[in-house]
Amino acid sequence: MNIPAELKFTRSHEWIKDLGNGEYEIGISDFAQHELGDLVFVNLPQEGDTITMEEPFADVESVKAVSDIYSPVTAVVKEINEEILDAPETINSGAYDAWFVRVENVTETAELLSAEEYEAFLNEEA
Amino acid sequence: MKLIFERSVADRALTLLPECDVEKTVLPEGMARTQALRLPEVGECDISRHYTELAKCAHGVNDGFYPLGSCTMKYNPKVNEQAAALEGFTEIHPLQPQSTLQGALKALVLSEELLCEITGMDNMSFQPAAGAHGEFAGIMLIKAYHESRGDTKRTKIIVPDSAHGTNPASANMAGYTVVSIPSNEDGCVDIEKLKAAVGEDTAGLMLTNPNTVGVFDKNILEITKIVHEAGGLNYYDGANLNAIMGVVRPGDMGFDVIHLNLHKTFSTPHGGGGPGSGAVGCKSLLTPFLPLPRAIKNGDKYELLTESELSFGRMKEFYGNFLVVIKALTYVLTLGAEGIREAAQIAVLNANYMMHELADCYEMAYPGYCMHEFVMTLENTKKQYGVSAMDVAKSLIDHGIHPPTMYFPLIVHEALMVEPTETESKETLDEAVAALRDIAEMTVNNAEAVISAPHTTPISRPDEVMAARSPKLRYEF
Repeated sequence: MNIPAELKFTRSHEWIKDLGNGEYEIGISDFAQHELGDLVFVNLPQEGDTITMEEPFADVESVKAVSDIYSPVTAVVKEINEEILDAPETINSGAYDAWFVRVENVTETAELLSAEEYEAFLNEEA
Repeated sequence: MKLIFERSVADRALTLLPECDVEKTVLPEGMARTQALRLPEVGECDISRHYTELAKCAHGVNDGFYPLGSCTMKYNPKVNEQAAALEGFTEIHPLQPQSTLQGALKALVLSEELLCEITGMDNMSFQPAAGAHGEFAGIMLIKAYHESRGDTKRTKIIVPDSAHGTNPASANMAGYTVVSIPSNEDGCVDIEKLKAAVGEDTAGLMLTNPNTVGVFDKNILEITKIVHEAGGLNYYDGANLNAIMGVVRPGDMGFDVIHLNLHKTFSTPHGGGGPGSGAVGCKSLLTPFLPLPRAIKNGDKYELLTESELSFGRMKEFYGNFLVVIKALTYVLTLGAEGIREAAQIAVLNANYMMHELADCYEMAYPGYCMHEFVMTLENTKKQYGVSAMDVAKSLIDHGIHPPTMYFPLIVHEALMVEPTETESKETLDEAVAALRDIAEMTVNNAEAVISAPHTTPISRPDEVMAARSPKLRYEF
């Protein structure tokens, strides 16, 4: 299982990466992309939108189903990854490179898991 | 096989269309096409063969067993079609004087009376064109009700996580925020979670009962009471009405508004053969808000109610898919009160029979008794043998059986949802059981044969991912 040590995770299988300048990237974990299967469509918020902790901010569609993606933080969207809109398969091929949004002005953070805790959580679930 | 465009030969013609019997009008200059559409040019014989060939590639209820859970693919009696083909219903125009439409209006009023009797509602509109359209109409009724009372703080609709995906979508389209509540271990509503979710911002609850895992929620009276006490209304999704029609009524369970899929429960064609009809029924407190026009009885005459101050508006032109309502009416009149109940009872019996016959070789997501459908989980089979719900579904095609619903409800992993319906004989159920047992055995002995199924179809597994990512939507000349 690919779980990079420098990321933090949610129990709903999103990752968040601290970029160090007050900005963060958010995406979905390798486990999540594997469970969803081949992704065919992605919906993202717009730049400037405020996204809310533990509420859906994006959705992804596989041939099986459409799934909501939950935000680990309350923050403002600075940038969206247009590349995944055109090529959702990049999420399947590299879940940790295929960030969904870059956010700033983080005002609230959900309970996050370290890589170790997330791995333990996955083992527990399985 | 060839596409119809590939059968086209320049200047070949046929005369299938009748002469135009009304005056032709000319489009304003600049709006008319300057060259003809590039339609395929084929003779009648070639067209006939083309569509027959397509039909042979398809699988419908007329071909064989179609246990598509949650979709109630019952056999549609041909007498329905005969009634709907009567000239008095087909050779009329919606704009003709009402005095000349008395029979058609009477049929709509009678359909409303009978379906209200079955569901425990007071009134019904047949305008919505299909299920999700009916759901949306139902939620718009709830919204119009709260707004008419000046109660604007109700912004949330509660939906259990086992719901059909159209429920949150309908609520969202009506402008509501959706609150999803988790189900308990029986797949039913978690009463404590519901109590915690309701409040003065609750507009209503959307519920399917029996729910999407095929279980009747025994706490239904308490559930609807909790929502009512919070000031919300209860909406019943009619997707699973086939399990309970003639036995219990949503109106008596505390529901204020329902939608029916006439094209599921009341035996009108669907699944590509539609059109559908998503009739929306309600208790009298919501009647003033129903979409119009609506057929009503006034003394010994029938007429169309076209105006009401409180109606939330129109869902569709004219009166919905009228002939579909005629087919449903024919079905209800043919079965009668006893027959309707018997159909529900046999639907439940058939599902329990299949579930019982399969319980030793497939893992049931919710063991015990089911209602009209049951859910199996292939999660452990996938882990142990690499055979998924998708693989079992594809393998059933080789047995001449349409795959059950897959990967739904979402709360069950590797789900296969089987709904045999009441119209299947015991022999058909036994054949399906034998096919599923055969696949279970093959999973253990020769998993690769299941994973590579189907083996008997013109194409085995279409590339669904490619089709979704880069669909070809037109023929390129």
